[in-house]
Amino acid sequence: MILMKYDVIVIGGGVTGCAILRELSKYDLSVALLEKEEDVCSGTSKANSAIIHAGYDAENGTLKAKLNVRGSELTKQLAKDLNFGYRNNGSFVVCFDEGDRPGLEKLYERGVKNGVKGLEIIEGDKAREMEPNLSKNVVAVLYAPSAAIVCPFEMTIALGENAVENGAKVFLNTKVTDIKRKDDGFIINDEFECKAIVNAAGMYGDVIHNLVCDEKIELTPRKGDYCLFDRECGDLVKHTIFQLPSKFGKGVLVAPTAHGNMLIGPSATDISDKEGNNTTIEDLDMIIDKAKLSVDNIPFNKVITSFCGLRARPKGDDFVINEAADGFFDAIGIESPGLSSAPAIGEYVGDMVTARLGAKKKENFKETRDGLKKLNKMNYEERGKLIKENPLYGNIICRCEEISEGEIVDAIHSVIPATSLDAVKRRVRAGMGRCQGGFCSPKVMAILARELNIPFEDVRKNNAESPMVYGKLGQDDEI
Amino acid sequence: MKYDVVIIGGGPAGLSAALAVRKEGIDSILIIERDDKLGGILNQCIHNGFGLHTFKEELTGPEYACRYIEKVLEEKIEYKLNCMVIGISDDRKVTYVSKEDGLCTVEAKAVILAMGCRERPRGALNIAGFRPAGIYSAGTAQRLMNIEGYKVGNEVVILGSGDIGLIMARRMTLEGAKVKCVAEVMPYSGGLKRNIVQCLNDYDIPLFLSHTVIDIKGKERVESVVIAQVDENRKPIPGTEKEYKCDTLLLSVGLLPENELSKLANVELSRVTNGPVVSDSFETNVEGIFACGNVLHVHDLVDYVSSEADLAGTYAAKYVKNQKGDREYLDVEARDGVRYTVPQKIDVKNMEDRIIVRFRVSNEFRGKSIVVEADGKEIRRVKKRVLAPGEMEQLFLNKAELEGVKKLCVCLKESV
Amino acid sequence: MKTREMICIGCPLGCNLTVKIDGENVEVSGNTCNNGVVYANNEIKNPTRIVTSTVKVLDGDIERVSCKTETAIPKGKIFDCMAEIRKKKVNAPVRIGDVLISDVAGTGINVIATKNIEKEG
Repeated sequence: MILMKYDVIVIGGGVTGCAILRELSKYDLSVALLEKEEDVCSGTSKANSAIIHAGYDAENGTLKAKLNVRGSELTKQLAKDLNFGYRNNGSFVVCFDEGDRPGLEKLYERGVKNGVKGLEIIEGDKAREMEPNLSKNVVAVLYAPSAAIVCPFEMTIALGENAVENGAKVFLNTKVTDIKRKDDGFIINDEFECKAIVNAAGMYGDVIHNLVCDEKIELTPRKGDYCLFDRECGDLVKHTIFQLPSKFGKGVLVAPTAHGNMLIGPSATDISDKEGNNTTIEDLDMIIDKAKLSVDNIPFNKVITSFCGLRARPKGDDFVINEAADGFFDAIGIESPGLSSAPAIGEYVGDMVTARLGAKKKENFKETRDGLKKLNKMNYEERGKLIKENPLYGNIICRCEEISEGEIVDAIHSVIPATSLDAVKRRVRAGMGRCQGGFCSPKVMAILARELNIPFEDVRKNNAESPMVYGKLGQDDEI
Repeated sequence: MKYDVVIIGGGPAGLSAALAVRKEGIDSILIIERDDKLGGILNQCIHNGFGLHTFKEELTGPEYACRYIEKVLEEKIEYKLNCMVIGISDDRKVTYVSKEDGLCTVEAKAVILAMGCRERPRGALNIAGFRPAGIYSAGTAQRLMNIEGYKVGNEVVILGSGDIGLIMARRMTLEGAKVKCVAEVMPYSGGLKRNIVQCLNDYDIPLFLSHTVIDIKGKERVESVVIAQVDENRKPIPGTEKEYKCDTLLLSVGLLPENELSKLANVELSRVTNGPVVSDSFETNVEGIFACGNVLHVHDLVDYVSSEADLAGTYAAKYVKNQKGDREYLDVEARDGVRYTVPQKIDVKNMEDRIIVRFRVSNEFRGKSIVVEADGKEIRRVKKRVLAPGEMEQLFLNKAELEGVKKLCVCLKESV
Repeated sequence: MKTREMICIGCPLGCNLTVKIDGENVEVSGNTCNNGVVYANNEIKNPTRIVTSTVKVLDGDIERVSCKTETAIPKGKIFDCMAEIRKKKVNAPVRIGDVLISDVAGTGINVIATKNIEKEG
């Protein structure tokens, strides 16, 4: 058995794992990432609020507070460097009762201490001038101008791809089932050997931790349901509208998305199944009822899809980031504000690991990534020019989001290749629009089959267990 | 490039409209089609039942389409395939992209919108559960089977009793799948009686009225769905849940006119039909932009699409030949069981002597009459034994009876 | 004597018919007009259906050609008809009306193409 050797192996291709991988790829280290699914961004990172929080929620002095504020600063620049969807839209925390005002003021104080810039408490009427559909019942809001929205898929993939461009390796469809200690490192699945492991396994962070560490931990899946609305409603609110937090998280938000849709959610229900990302009637009804409190005129007949994400909730209230055993680093329990903190978690874990290994920064690190072309964001002239260069950009496959064959082919052959319908959808948004893939999915399947040189019936929605069709008609009758 | 008439969409509406424009003596016509064939959705509707009104014989979808395609070829009407229109301006500049032409803008004296409709997806119903493979809108499954030639599922549950869902229940059964049941949230079916009998009853497929899917199980591929009875407010009734093992859930829960392009041209849309608001000449609020077929309102029979598009084409041609003068509209009000009318407004001064008004009703009614009132006076009363939302209704109005009228309304009243 | 329930498809009214069958004697109730009686008699004595499906095409620009039985075939023969359709392969080009299977399932009725398929290339 020949082992593939790396200095560091990151387990888990969510936004945390990819951010850490990118950070490590700045150093003279050989690094790899193992992801159990067919694509990165397949767990918590693909189903969340897509918010870059300003940083007033976390208690002073916690890792969450520190990494959120730093992460929020880093993300703004990263979005430019790595080319992912980002909009600095600002956020409101609303309160509906004069009695709740102290709660709002407490948040303000906490935010100031955490180092959040520009925080301001404004009165209901002024807030409604800024946000006309804000409920009449809102008496005051905490305004955080530094809050932003991102595309979590693009952000995760961008971080991962930039790491690959800088020499990191990504192994997809690679589930870690076994870790053995070796004198100066670890053997994973009897396939990989490394000096250090970073555990960024999201919902399975406890399982991976418990493979190595004596002191066992447990992460609880906390599910959150969301409803996504047609782009037609993208202008209903400009800011991200939160309600005053409760013990079950930041409450239900109403927010625009980086792609111009509108999102409401999440619920917060603790469950036991780590794969239990199914929406439930109770949770969907709850978020709809709650969203109505903060914003008027939500057109509930314009919902185009609902989805559920799981947050990995640790026993304590803070992220679990430390060297849990010699050379084994945990970056787990990354619930909200995990997406906002990811680039800072990358830095923080990167510093720990590289200090441990005595690694030096590379000189030729490539900071930027071009990413995929987005023709529908271009003007007619640029677009016409590109179609002349590559006619496939002129063949529109997804009519709702106006995505061309060329863009889909680019995604299939991108740095971290898209090999499933969902992977294509996350990269280029084909099937993400109002018809939800009704027209384009057979066409995208045909393109995937052609580009990957596989039979049409082998195209999957996501992993190997998700076939779209069951063979050709009449096949059973042929011998 | 400049054309007299540009038609967006080469399905049944676009083809029929193009032929009508040509019949009026106009040579400069362009049909822009996004697919690689003319005929639109008819190409995948391989079942029979088309053309009884138009051709007095029962054709399949591809045969029906072919009758029109052949005429379009005979008339040498220009058409472009694999071209997607990405923009229309209110001064009738149409921009499209394609592999061959790149990005092109054509100018038209008149534009006819004939883009058709799309299916309502799962998300619009907000069904709870997982999001695995194996959930298809009926039309997507129809394409995968009838065009690509693949087996979509082995054990199937269908939500919604729209005609495409019923047709697919039979189609999948014939190809060896087991269709367990069809659930319909309303207390009546949205499909034609004939399809209930020949697609479900013939194969002992149960139809559960006032039932809906409340949960989808299976993380990767559908494993089962839970169906429950609903009360009069369409809320699931606890205790009525039943789980059906299946690998496929087909949705046939309604069609929506596809008007993203219309919006770019500032065309006013109706909140009821989701299609443009048009006058008796099928002209939208934007001068020189006309609409017909399923982009205007969802039809039950393709024959009506063809006849409507024929009228729209004729009016568009007349508009090109002699730009109409001032328009003054009389609104048609729809109420008391009538959901909408097409047209929504009539230019009485310029109208033809006799026009067709098409509409749908909001519920299943028995023993009602369709009534037209002009300034509060009943000018028409048509007795109906049964009226159903699944079937389109029509009536004729004469210019003579509308002259000088200030308020016009179509409604349902008890038959006497 | 047997009793069967059926829906008349003569018009949108869709009457629920109760049909009592006693040998050759068919008694219909629940109908609004005479069409119901005619429909029920046909359905009892000789129910027939047009079958539509697709047949595999070799070298065509698409892989399947849609088809139908030229006229309605006995209802009991539908699955025999489908079994023959599933096994059949034809060569492109195909024109509407071409006979793809003659005398399908011993019915004396042909399965014909309902779509034009060009040869690929």
